[in-house]
Amino acid sequence: MIANTPVSALIGLFLMALYFLMAIFAPLIAPYGMAEVVGGVWEPASANHLLGTDNIGRDLLTRMIYGGRTTIFIATAATLVSFTTGSVLGFFAAVAGGWVDQVLSRFVDLIMSIPTLIFALVVLSVMPVTIPVLIVVMGLLDSTRVYRLARAVAVDIEVMDFVEAARLRGEKTRWIIFREILPNALSPLVAEMGLRFIFMVLFVSTLSFLGLGVQPPAADWGGIVKENKDGIVYGIGAALWPAVAIATLAISVNLVADWVLNRTTSLKGGRG
Amino acid sequence: MGPALRLVAQRLALGLLLLLMVSVVIFAGTMILPGDVAQSILGQSATPEALANLREELGVNDPALTRYFEWLFGVFRGDLGTALTNNQDILTSIVGRMQNTLFLAFWAALISVPLAIFLGLLAVRYRNRWPDKLISAVTLTSISIPEFLIGYVLMYFIGVQLGWAPTVATVYDGMSLGEKLHAIALPVAVLTLVVLAHMMRMTRAAILNVMQSAYVETAELKGLTMFKIIWRHAFPNSIAPIVNVVMLNLAYLVVGVVVIEVVFTYPGMGQYLVDHVAKRDIPVVQACGLIFAAVYIGLNMVADIVSILSNPRLRHPK
Repeated sequence: MIANTPVSALIGLFLMALYFLMAIFAPLIAPYGMAEVVGGVWEPASANHLLGTDNIGRDLLTRMIYGGRTTIFIATAATLVSFTTGSVLGFFAAVAGGWVDQVLSRFVDLIMSIPTLIFALVVLSVMPVTIPVLIVVMGLLDSTRVYRLARAVAVDIEVMDFVEAARLRGEKTRWIIFREILPNALSPLVAEMGLRFIFMVLFVSTLSFLGLGVQPPAADWGGIVKENKDGIVYGIGAALWPAVAIATLAISVNLVADWVLNRTTSLKGGRG
Repeated sequence: MGPALRLVAQRLALGLLLLLMVSVVIFAGTMILPGDVAQSILGQSATPEALANLREELGVNDPALTRYFEWLFGVFRGDLGTALTNNQDILTSIVGRMQNTLFLAFWAALISVPLAIFLGLLAVRYRNRWPDKLISAVTLTSISIPEFLIGYVLMYFIGVQLGWAPTVATVYDGMSLGEKLHAIALPVAVLTLVVLAHMMRMTRAAILNVMQSAYVETAELKGLTMFKIIWRHAFPNSIAPIVNVVMLNLAYLVVGVVVIEVVFTYPGMGQYLVDHVAKRDIPVVQACGLIFAAVYIGLNMVADIVSILSNPRLRHPK
């Protein structure tokens, strides 16, 4: 198993595991409290503060670990919302066909014709910016992309003999969606999941960076960039660390997703 | 009327219809959401009188449909309403900022489009050799990086450490073109990097697609040099997909500009939108959202029309 895995995927898996473990065990690993002021403003890296301190003297490494926890949690939850909504609606549109399919698909086209970030900004201007609201808004906006993929895959499966057989023996729509189509559409969807997750990480970081995502004192990677960006002009690189974390996480998920996609190509009936 | 013209007319009509629907979505997105808009603007501690005043000012007491049509007809007349926060006319605030944003996007496009096509050609010329692999690796990395990271990395190393370009892109009317270009050097560089990767990968794919056709093989057998084959045979036939790619990326640029303007505190539309989202100034958010969406839809529409017009099978009906 390991011998056949390409080095790039191993690196990706290793970094991904590292980030997820750090997110889960954040309170155990972090050397200080999340919002605890432990030193001067923007102290350089030292034995006590491995990455130095931030704009109000909190330990940057601690902020980074807790920030990763928030970012990864929101991104994961939003990906789940996006996948559940998008794939269920996509399968439903493919199975129902006719005007249901038309209405859903044209509505998705409409939503996708507005840039995602702009639409999110418009919606967040009237909603209270809390973590559940962020997750739902991001997840629903992104579910349009999952919908298109799920519908495309399901339309191909829907004409297969076993679906026809299930129809003829009188199964309900719910059975056809969850027992006939879902198992066969799973592998292309799982490969897509990695890309959607990256998009969510970038999305929530961008929103927080703009000040419209996770609100202080809670930490998240985009927010840490925002808090420390003024230091850049004085040559203090504190804002670069979370940005590097976002980039390495995104690249490692990308490498793993590529590998999963290559491995499962044969399962997709040659569509890959 | 040729089939190409009919298709173009159809696409134009579809674009306008889409724009109208988008205005409904944007309006609905800010108005008919759960919760009291006035409450979420003023916060929990607002007095009932202040809430009632703000509701009156927002016109929340009128039915939603009336307010939508008043807003829509206002937009048609060029009246975008007044900002809640400073009572200024939104249109006059937006015009100057829009010029700044277009200025930034124009220079980013001017640099990134030729560069992306050149690098795409280079990647095809040296396919599967080190220049191609290097370009692929760099593009994969830059796709995975948020725009603001590229912005701050460039700001840190080029702006602060080397001191070659200003870290804050301030632009005002009295500046000469040279001064303005110097001021926006870093944001243009970032935007170029952001769209370059996509554009280059798709250019490469478009040309590689053409390279597999029979006439390219003929040219190869005639003994033409690789570069001549690409330049004379493959490139003209891949213009349509490349124009499409360029347009899609310009549309992407429109969104990228929002974040980059905040990074470099550039006085453009993006900064204006973000500031007023934070202040919950709904009329401004609606106006900016509509303009951004219109530009995005417009560029996508141009991409479609160009690919219809450049298809010779539609241009010369039998």
